[in-house]
Amino acid sequence: MSLYEILRDAIQAEDPVALASMVGGPRPGAAVLVRPRLDAVGSFGDADLDRVVVRDALAELTAGNTTMRHYGLHGEARRQDVAVFIQSFAPPPQLIVFGAVDFTAALVNVAKTLGYRVTVCDARAVFATHERFPRADEVVVDWPDRYLAKVGEQLGARDAVCVLTHDHKFDVPAILAALETDVGYLGAMGSRRTNSGRLARLRNAGVDEARLERVMAPIGLDIGARTPEETAISICAEIIAHRTGRPAPSLRGRDGPIHPR
Amino acid sequence: MKEVLDDVERWRGQGKRVALARVVSVEGSGPRLPGAAMAVNEDGDVAGSVSGGCVEGAVLTEALGVLVRGEPKLLTYGIADEDASEVGLTCGGIISVFVEPLDW
Repeated sequence: MSLYEILRDAIQAEDPVALASMVGGPRPGAAVLVRPRLDAVGSFGDADLDRVVVRDALAELTAGNTTMRHYGLHGEARRQDVAVFIQSFAPPPQLIVFGAVDFTAALVNVAKTLGYRVTVCDARAVFATHERFPRADEVVVDWPDRYLAKVGEQLGARDAVCVLTHDHKFDVPAILAALETDVGYLGAMGSRRTNSGRLARLRNAGVDEARLERVMAPIGLDIGARTPEETAISICAEIIAHRTGRPAPSLRGRDGPIHPR
Repeated sequence: MKEVLDDVERWRGQGKRVALARVVSVEGSGPRLPGAAMAVNEDGDVAGSVSGGCVEGAVLTEALGVLVRGEPKLLTYGIADEDASEVGLTCGGIISVFVEPLDW
């Protein structure tokens, strides 16, 4: 298989892969393909340079970064003889939505547009069906905490968990379980009243203030969203702002009614 | 890259040569992030994009040249000059685009 064919197959299978291409230096166009736990494919014509670039490409891939790096002819740091463009093809970020409610279908659609792999999870088999969420990659009938015990270890900074159940018996265990993961964004839906009751239950369950800070609730940006579709936009916009660290106004950041009267 | 794969696969299936152009660096304001890809086949068919439509025409011409010569090329585009006689970006950024024959 050619390097291109390996790259193509990995991208289509959503397996993590990084392509390192020499764009400046002695062999422009030379390429090395890097995958976790597999041998690198290709060469820049210098074993030392290859080794350093493979190491750096694996690190960039883990972080999901695409970037240019510079080296000496044999991989030396702080030299500019060789420019290597490292393009990471990381698997799509994941969104797990707990609660198969009206808002869920709209959130699934917007998140799919943004490139997320989306899972809907609800303990009620009658609501958690593929027919109701045709664009979801996976619809799971399970209790949120039990499901997260299975998959939570895979969650990282790029991923998101949205708790839309607004029923304490589902959402408190879901939030507790999500707080045990490294998920980058954790949001929970509900009115101000629902939310203060939920916060009290979380504190009673032993969650300290520092960990409560991770919970974006009430979920979403304060853009006056009313419909499920608008609410989905407000949630996804908050996920983006959370990731980029931009000061967009979250509903959590103020008091007063969520919906204009 | 993913967004051009279907076209690239079809062209390769037809035995056509393909050039790949990718944004490899962006300084200042730029419409597409590093990694944005545009593929060009020997007939001049295009898939994908590397900017907001500002430099695609110029990249297409360069890509056809790259296919003829069989050598990659690093292109840099800056701000367009005022009489718009030169190809460039209106947003004020500088982008570098690496164009190579897809022969690896």
